[in-house]
Amino acid sequence: MKLSFNWLREWVPLEGGAQALADRITLAGLESEAAPLAVTAPEGVVVGRIISCAPHPQADRLQVCSVDVGAEAPLTIVCGAANARPGIHVPCATVGARLPGGQAIGQAKLRGVESFGMLCSAQELGLAEKADGLLELDADSRPGTPIAQYLSFDDEVLSLELTPNRGDCLSVLGLAREVAAIYGIPMRRPSLPPAVVVGDRQVRIEIAQADACPHYTGRLITRLRADARTPDWMRERLRRSGIRAIHPVVDVTNYVMLELGQPLHAFDQAKLQGGIQVRPAQPGERLALLNEQTVQLDHGELVIADEQRALALAGVMGGADSAVDASTTAIFLESACFSPTAVAGTGRRHKLHSDSLHRFERGVDPGLQRIALDRASQLIVQLCGGEVHPITQAGRTQPDGVTVALRAARVERLLGMAIPAKTIEALLGRLGMTLRHDVGGTWQVKVPSYRTDIREEVDLIEEIARLQGYDAIPVRPYGATLTPSAANERRLPVQVLRERLVGRGWQEAVNLAFVDPAIQSVLIPEGAAVALDNPLAETLGELRRTLWAGLLPAWQHNEQRQQRRLRLFEVAVCFERVEGAIVEQGRIAGIATGTAAPEHWDLPPRATDFYDLRADVEALLGALLPQCSFEAAAHPALHPGQCARVLREGVEIGWVGRLHPRVVQALDLTEAPLLFELVLAAVCDRAVPRAQPMSEFPSSRRDLAVVVPEALPAEALIARARAVGGPQLVQAKVFDVYRGKGLSDGCKSIAIGLIFNDNSRTLQNEDIDRAAQAILADWQQRLDAVVRG
Amino acid sequence: MSESLESLQDAALAAIAAAADLRTLEALRVEWLGKKGRITERLKQLGELEGYERKAFGEKVNRVKQAVAEALAGRQQILEAAALEAQLAAEAIDVTLPGRGLPAGGLHPITRTIARIERLFNDLGFETVEGPEVEDDFHNFTALNIPELHPARAMHDTFYVDQGRGVLRTHTSPVQIRTLEALVQRGAQPPVRVIAPGRVFRCDSDRTHSPMFHQIEGLYVAENVSFADLQHELRTFLARFFEREVTVRFRPSYFPFTEPSAEADLLDEQGRWLEVLGCGMVHPKVFEAVGLDPERYTGFAFGLGVERFAMLRYGVDDLRQFFHNDLRFLEQFR
Repeated sequence: MKLSFNWLREWVPLEGGAQALADRITLAGLESEAAPLAVTAPEGVVVGRIISCAPHPQADRLQVCSVDVGAEAPLTIVCGAANARPGIHVPCATVGARLPGGQAIGQAKLRGVESFGMLCSAQELGLAEKADGLLELDADSRPGTPIAQYLSFDDEVLSLELTPNRGDCLSVLGLAREVAAIYGIPMRRPSLPPAVVVGDRQVRIEIAQADACPHYTGRLITRLRADARTPDWMRERLRRSGIRAIHPVVDVTNYVMLELGQPLHAFDQAKLQGGIQVRPAQPGERLALLNEQTVQLDHGELVIADEQRALALAGVMGGADSAVDASTTAIFLESACFSPTAVAGTGRRHKLHSDSLHRFERGVDPGLQRIALDRASQLIVQLCGGEVHPITQAGRTQPDGVTVALRAARVERLLGMAIPAKTIEALLGRLGMTLRHDVGGTWQVKVPSYRTDIREEVDLIEEIARLQGYDAIPVRPYGATLTPSAANERRLPVQVLRERLVGRGWQEAVNLAFVDPAIQSVLIPEGAAVALDNPLAETLGELRRTLWAGLLPAWQHNEQRQQRRLRLFEVAVCFERVEGAIVEQGRIAGIATGTAAPEHWDLPPRATDFYDLRADVEALLGALLPQCSFEAAAHPALHPGQCARVLREGVEIGWVGRLHPRVVQALDLTEAPLLFELVLAAVCDRAVPRAQPMSEFPSSRRDLAVVVPEALPAEALIARARAVGGPQLVQAKVFDVYRGKGLSDGCKSIAIGLIFNDNSRTLQNEDIDRAAQAILADWQQRLDAVVRG
Repeated sequence: MSESLESLQDAALAAIAAAADLRTLEALRVEWLGKKGRITERLKQLGELEGYERKAFGEKVNRVKQAVAEALAGRQQILEAAALEAQLAAEAIDVTLPGRGLPAGGLHPITRTIARIERLFNDLGFETVEGPEVEDDFHNFTALNIPELHPARAMHDTFYVDQGRGVLRTHTSPVQIRTLEALVQRGAQPPVRVIAPGRVFRCDSDRTHSPMFHQIEGLYVAENVSFADLQHELRTFLARFFEREVTVRFRPSYFPFTEPSAEADLLDEQGRWLEVLGCGMVHPKVFEAVGLDPERYTGFAFGLGVERFAMLRYGVDDLRQFFHNDLRFLEQFR
């Protein structure tokens, strides 16, 4: 909310500028800033009256105006504004003037006609971002009056970012009240004379839903002058709050809303049929709104209706059909209290925003309706003349006062400091609360009707703390009660995994959790992703099912920036649907492209391959490796021949492999990167190590080389060796794989080193030979292995 | 006696001094001191002498032998040192060439910031907890005293899934609720002292807003927690995080789930106040929502934006850089 500082000062005496005020109230919870009206006030700009306009002899769009600026002789000024016409009063920059933008005005010849100044728009005066035409001023403004004075350029604009609980401060009255409380000074409430009732016509008002509209007041004002103009003082105050003047009646309703905080609405009486009803919308009812939007009311939205149809969305926005316009001569003026929930739902459902909704949503003082109605009536009559009729009122006439119990002990406990009873009483008193002593350090606090946010004890405690100032509350070093839980070593911190990859040259990425369905469906064609109901863009439409859906675009981003070699990993949650429910699973995944190692003077460049990535995965598995296996398996996103399912004790825990050429093509990539993804929980869950005794006897090694069919995985040889090697076989590892010369096609030679050891004795050669022979025999028999000769 | 012992010694010493390498020196040792060496041979003549002559000659030969042996050892030392010198020179490499293998990677600045903040709080007994990213309305809003039509909801710009049945959590505060619920469910009682880092989501994207960002929530509930405790713990945290004396002010604010609520502002080097975190005393409604007695327990909660801290700490000026994953950016955090 923006407000004129001068306006506020009429309601509360303040010394010092707007910035000092903003700083002070910010520290009391009303975040605010102050800005001058314009960088500099205009100099040499005065009120001018256009006496006459003549067409410019050389230019169709220009007029040569004679302007009275209060001097003896009128000035001749060439003007291009469409609304320049005799009789209007406008700002006139005389020769030597300086506009707020810094522009200096001199005498100038415009298409052959000498011009002695410039007639100004609101934009040229720095009052508006945009303006069409000259700023027209009141007809009774005196030519020659300096504009800086006439439009009070000494004013400043306060901008407030109020928290949603402080709807009571959304007005000059409310802010003045709050400022007075913060400063501990009395408010200076201007007297607002009520309108004099001369008519006797009443409008019947019925409230069908009392909880949504506890109080409704309204009255007729007839015989309005249709040609009235909103005076400059009011226009300027509205402008300083960012509201454009539209029509005197509408301007008054806005003005009173800013002044007192009560949203008002004026209906053109000629367009109403019978009495007013406050009722839920009937199914299928439609309403054309003032913002040119038509809404279908299917959810029982609270409306203001006459006997025929809905006229307005209660507290949110008026309807176009009953709106006040240039021909209006009689109005029904509404001043009502709608409950926050009644208006908020409507606003949310139809995505509507208005100053009225903003206030009702936050709570409008239920005691304010009559006062505001009277104030607005009086202003309307002042501007447009007319006859004021009596107020009709429906619903609760007297708002329920709320009383809240407050315990001094609770204040101390929550704030960590004892505040003297006198101070508590004084602070709350400043906020308009009345306190009655109860038994034993307790008060009954009566809350004023405008503080709809204060409903319980803690609300009062906050008020005390806030007015006292948070900096008055002491700092208490560590009074904490601690109950540290046992440090769970079975769960490896994810940070350890991260550091492991970092140590192996990987860079961590953080991608958005939303991914492009076009990419994700190529990576995982089956099943459905969790789609967002309201995505920011189609390409951010789904939650990721695999971290690859984010890592692939991240790689592309880098590739487009000449980063050829890349190792990117990410730790995040993936979302899957399991029987309708959304299941979240933490994963660690990576993408590798380019060469195996960065370019080096002594290493021949070699493209990253499966085994580079597998080594990284093995490093992540660490102590889990003996429980894990890599098996050839099919994954829709991975190359069928270069892809392994990672299993832990037979359960799938992840994948490692090269991106499928089909995916490379579908996503228009430049190469097929290597990828891995592991389930975090499975990788992090590991037993606490138990140290095993080590043999004091020497170990012995036997190397065996066998020729096997190409299709046989090396792991099969190892597995059989383990199965028949007995407990003395402590290690079996592949140390060579050979294909080519000397071997028939479709065969490979695999050499395996077997290491034997025993904890109780030195193994004899015969023992080891026997064991090695047994393994070889098993391979020959079960795996069609042939000893390489 | 064809040659005098003196000339024999001179000849030996001259030959040794002239030996250019260890092999030659070894040959000289054999030639002079070996079993059949020229000096050894002289010793064999001892048998031909008698009495005093024999003793005098013996002593003389031994002196020569010792002199030659010393000369051999001395020369050997010199030659060995020279040989080592030559070997070292031959083995010298260009140490300015880069090493083989992989350079270290690096953590993402967000992760790094989270880890750092987590550690600072873990030190003080705050245990790290987690919660789901797809939340339900109850945990994300209702239990946090944000009823359906509350204006605060409109400020959250929520992403929905499953026709609004699921919400992507808009803050890490629902972890407060889940932590307290779990406590009550297992029949335990406060104290509770936790922090919850995590991804959060808001339907908003521009220069200063990312639809996904990170928060760290903190919660301390016990029987006598006060605003004075809150101020101390957060002031201490800020000073430890920024590694300097910080000027912090607590400014009244509003969050539906805390009361009194505050924003903590930090004074920067340019004398501007920067909003760095929101905090407050746990609202009694939150205790009621999870089934804890608000009369018995009090607590404080805080929430901070990780990106904000990372930006301040590492001088990052564009939020979006965190999510582009440009290596040239990431590699600055190795």
